[in-house]
Amino acid sequence: MTLRTVRILLWLPLAAFLLILALVAGGLIKPHDAAIRSQMVGRPLPAFDLASARGDATRIRAQGFADGKPRLLNFFASWCIPCVGEAPQLLALKRAGVAIEGIAVRDRPADLAAFLQQNGDPYERIGLDDSSGVQMALGSSGVPETFLIDGRGIVRSQHIGAIGPQDVGDMLAAVRAAQ
Amino acid sequence: MRQLLALALLVVPVALYADPVMAPEPLSYTQLPDPAAEARAQALMQTIRCVVCQGQSIADSDADLAGDMRAIIRQRIAAGEKPEAIRAWMIARYGRWVSYKPPLDPLTWPLWAAPVVLVAIGLLIARGTLRRRRAA
Repeated sequence: MTLRTVRILLWLPLAAFLLILALVAGGLIKPHDAAIRSQMVGRPLPAFDLASARGDATRIRAQGFADGKPRLLNFFASWCIPCVGEAPQLLALKRAGVAIEGIAVRDRPADLAAFLQQNGDPYERIGLDDSSGVQMALGSSGVPETFLIDGRGIVRSQHIGAIGPQDVGDMLAAVRAAQ
Repeated sequence: MRQLLALALLVVPVALYADPVMAPEPLSYTQLPDPAAEARAQALMQTIRCVVCQGQSIADSDADLAGDMRAIIRQRIAAGEKPEAIRAWMIARYGRWVSYKPPLDPLTWPLWAAPVVLVAIGLLIARGTLRRRRAA
């Protein structure tokens, strides 16, 4: 080895150190996003047929979504605390003319009735997903989550977590764009 | 009295109320009657990641959704479905992230090739060193 190569090689540990430093600093600046996005976006709504949470005989079926009208499909539950924070935004969307269908995950109709009385009821219909089957079929990993379904019954987007006041405008625009 | 009440409030964990109240699906904590089917279901459950307790398999996780996933896997295995078909169903919904068993495809081949390549490099280095030593 010539002296020249040795001199260059001596810089290698420092270069490696700087590389690791950049990697760690990058991780600090941009924290890891642990949300698991659904792969169903862009695909038709998977088939489901759920009993109504309102105690009536209506069924909530996937076919019902392909009627030309875009809808929000909101996964929620009475035991879900962020869902309470989301309720005013759902009510605002409903007032703006958005059709919202609810799917209550692992919930009891009596608890749901109390939840809706307390927090308002923005839902056209509510289906009972007792074994999280529909939640899994849509690739959703928690509550609250909201999917936008267009008029042809295609899943257009997924919102993970509660809809905040800052999200209402974007969501309204997305629903209108899905017309 | 008021102090007692405050103490009681401190003792009762509030997060307790943030859990679903419904009993878990029967098949999430109960094995299938057929041992061979249960073994197939177990093998699959140990290689499906929990989407709530990330980093645990659904076989290890106590999250409600993991329990529901175990139940759906046992139901489908009992109905005669192949484990790999169920894995594909999960991947189609949650992405490849959900599977602990990486497939061999254009994106993952370095993962499979790396051990072979590293052993080959090691052998080359060893050969060079041994030759030099013999020459000395």
